[in-house]
Amino acid sequence: MKLGTSLIIGGALFALAIFVGLFAPWLAHTDPVMDANLMYAEEPPGWKWWFGTDAQGRDIYSRVVYGARISLTVGIVSQLVNSVIGVTLGLSAGYWGGWWDDLVNGLTNLMLAIPSLIFALAIMAVLGPGLTSLVIALGLTNWSFTCRIARASALSLKSQGYVQAARVLGYGDLRIMVTQLLPNMIGPIIVIGTLGMGGAVLAEASLSFLGLGIRPPFPSWGSMLSEARDQITTAPWLSVFPGLAIFLTVLGLNLLGDGLRDIIDPQSRSRRT
Amino acid sequence: MTASPLIEVEDLRIDLQDRSGKVAAVEDVSFRINSGETFGLVGESGCGKSITALALIGLLRHPLSIGAGVIRFDGQEIQKLAAAEQRALRGNRIAMIFQEPMTALNPVSPVGRQIAEMFVLHKGKSWREANRLAVEALADVRVPAPERRVKDYPHQLSGGMRQRVMIAIALACGPDLLIADEPTTALDVTVQAEIIELMRNLCAERGTAILMISHDLGLVANFCRRVAVMYAGRIVEERSSADIFRACSHPYTKGLVDSLPRLGSRAALGRTRLQEIKGVVPAIANFPGGCRFNPRCAKATDVCRTTAPETTWLDAGGLVRCHHHA
Repeated sequence: MKLGTSLIIGGALFALAIFVGLFAPWLAHTDPVMDANLMYAEEPPGWKWWFGTDAQGRDIYSRVVYGARISLTVGIVSQLVNSVIGVTLGLSAGYWGGWWDDLVNGLTNLMLAIPSLIFALAIMAVLGPGLTSLVIALGLTNWSFTCRIARASALSLKSQGYVQAARVLGYGDLRIMVTQLLPNMIGPIIVIGTLGMGGAVLAEASLSFLGLGIRPPFPSWGSMLSEARDQITTAPWLSVFPGLAIFLTVLGLNLLGDGLRDIIDPQSRSRRT
Repeated sequence: MTASPLIEVEDLRIDLQDRSGKVAAVEDVSFRINSGETFGLVGESGCGKSITALALIGLLRHPLSIGAGVIRFDGQEIQKLAAAEQRALRGNRIAMIFQEPMTALNPVSPVGRQIAEMFVLHKGKSWREANRLAVEALADVRVPAPERRVKDYPHQLSGGMRQRVMIAIALACGPDLLIADEPTTALDVTVQAEIIELMRNLCAERGTAILMISHDLGLVANFCRRVAVMYAGRIVEERSSADIFRACSHPYTKGLVDSLPRLGSRAALGRTRLQEIKGVVPAIANFPGGCRFNPRCAKATDVCRTTAPETTWLDAGGLVRCHHHA
């Protein structure tokens, strides 16, 4: 694929998802929760019901549109929490070294050893279902990779001339980390963050599918899939459209991440020329 | 010579910690620099000049540490200051510029911002005020069109321009002492001359003292009022720059002076080979006993191999450390 294409396609898909989430009240045809009408139960997709209706007669299209809000909120916010935790720990560990580095390293290895979805499941089991606990559970369990990258970057950057120069010019440790190290490692961190967002959208869907995420009747793509699994042969549109929404959003985020990496990584940039 | 020196180093020893224990990488180093004075420290790579500079600004890190001696800046002992007080000195009253202008600037930050940060950090200025001062600072180091250049990133500037930016950063807060660690080594000879001239003028205008560290004896003697020659962690000779070529008496300094190529030397001296100093600098871990120069010295005798020479103070100012100085 030509470089830049993945960036454009990924960016467009992600922008579409954001747009749908932001303007859900105007795009949706009906209220996603309240407008149940058994007269129109399990209608197949058509002119009146674009994506069909479910067993309660609710419009699947409107539910998918509103579901974007929850999936994207969880994906973006929890990945932001991950990035902040990962960068803070990794950057300070790499820069200061010593016992703090050992501690952070041990913690990172621990996190990498436990499958993050299982860990998130355990946290959800304690906190109970809901949007806030979803964000907390997914935000606390996926920072280890970001942490690794931030630590490795800090280790290699701290011996750079300008970091030494900053120390000689009287910069404090915090100022060095924020003004000298962070801007020089932000590229890979953003790439990982974008890819991680896709992962978080998937993880939200998995948790909701297992009944630990968003509770019905509120629509999230994962919980819609979960409700639809009994009718997958009789009314496949119930699972196809939320599944497609997840697929396109995660695909978009991954393409966006790849595209950003190609732009930011100087090696791939020189390959292009 | 005025009464109170700006910076005074007395019997400084810097230890290098390795697996087998501590070795003194720098030993018995003493010198003083008065306000507005230019002082040069010359020596081969690895003789300890750069770590001496780091010690002055309190930035020695493991495995290096100050083993003995006192460093006084403006009457205060640097080692006794709290970390925050040391940091307030660095960049503000003692500034430093480096050999590599290519790597000493942050590649992702516009140069104007890097200059302005010094005003924000040390002078408590607002960013708006600091940005205005940064343009002035760039104008002071003769960068053309400074109001446009402040927005440039380091990779958009040439080596000479970057070194000018480094000088602007170093002199931003009006320091009392500027440490220049091989400031022109990475530059072309013509650019080198411009940068040296610029440093000389700016520091003379502002009364900034300079400690110039270099391996280029000719450059240092031309630039500084006094020169100290370092060999294997010790200062072997210190003299005024006027005397260092004419009246040097340590065999190492003589060797350095003789190894400088001279214009017209063939006509004056006949066809002679350029002199060299035989051998290499010993590694820190196995410095020889006695005078550290003895394995390479033509004049070495038994006393040189057993006893480290005492410092001889010279009447004209300066010192020599040799058993056989004449």
